[in-house]
Amino acid sequence: MPHSPKPRPVFFNLAEIQLPVGALTSITHRITGVLLALGVPFCIYLLDMSLQDPSGFSQVMVLLDYLPVKGALIVLTWALAHHMLAGVRHLLSDIDIGSQLPASRRSAWLANIGGLVVALLAAGALL
Amino acid sequence: MKRRHTGLHAWLVQRVSAVYMSLFIVFFLVHFAVDPPRHYPAWHAWITSPATGIATTAFFAALLAHAWVGLRDVLMDYVHSITIRVVLLATIGFGLTAMGVWVVRILWTRHG
Repeated sequence: MPHSPKPRPVFFNLAEIQLPVGALTSITHRITGVLLALGVPFCIYLLDMSLQDPSGFSQVMVLLDYLPVKGALIVLTWALAHHMLAGVRHLLSDIDIGSQLPASRRSAWLANIGGLVVALLAAGALL
Repeated sequence: MKRRHTGLHAWLVQRVSAVYMSLFIVFFLVHFAVDPPRHYPAWHAWITSPATGIATTAFFAALLAHAWVGLRDVLMDYVHSITIRVVLLATIGFGLTAMGVWVVRILWTRHG
């Protein structure tokens, strides 16, 4: 393919660079992973309290009814859903399913939108 | 040093733990959809039964290993100062180990 050399150096306008959908899925996979890791100690704390005695169990139920806790739960649900969908996408591409660009872009959209859909469902169930 | 293991070993840990955690999450959600434990006795009996206890312990083992590999990868990509990286890795390693001990105490030691 013939192409004339472009003038160098090239100055990119960062505001004009569009993140490809696969890149968005990739960075979101990382961000949700870190979010989920931060959520783990709080989940273990709730598990601990819920198994201490019946009053601990009720305390957890009361805690889970607070609006800020519900909000955190919805964010974590989004993070988990996105992380799992993007993870399944990774596993499938390991065995050469959907590793071609068009299919890979479709599954990236699916992970990004699927995560949000699950978060909306969780919000609907919790709020 | 297990330097020869980082790479393929970490890749495998990440995938095996991911598959197991996915199966456990489905199992957990199905149980909560079919027969949600609404009271302490039901919840306690379910999670401390040997089968669920072992499955849950394995889930947390997979989770902590998965978090270690994932966080380590993120740190190696973004934290370039070796000193800060080592301090952060040590903190994360200590934190994850402590969480593992905590879970085993919750599921096994305290409730027999």
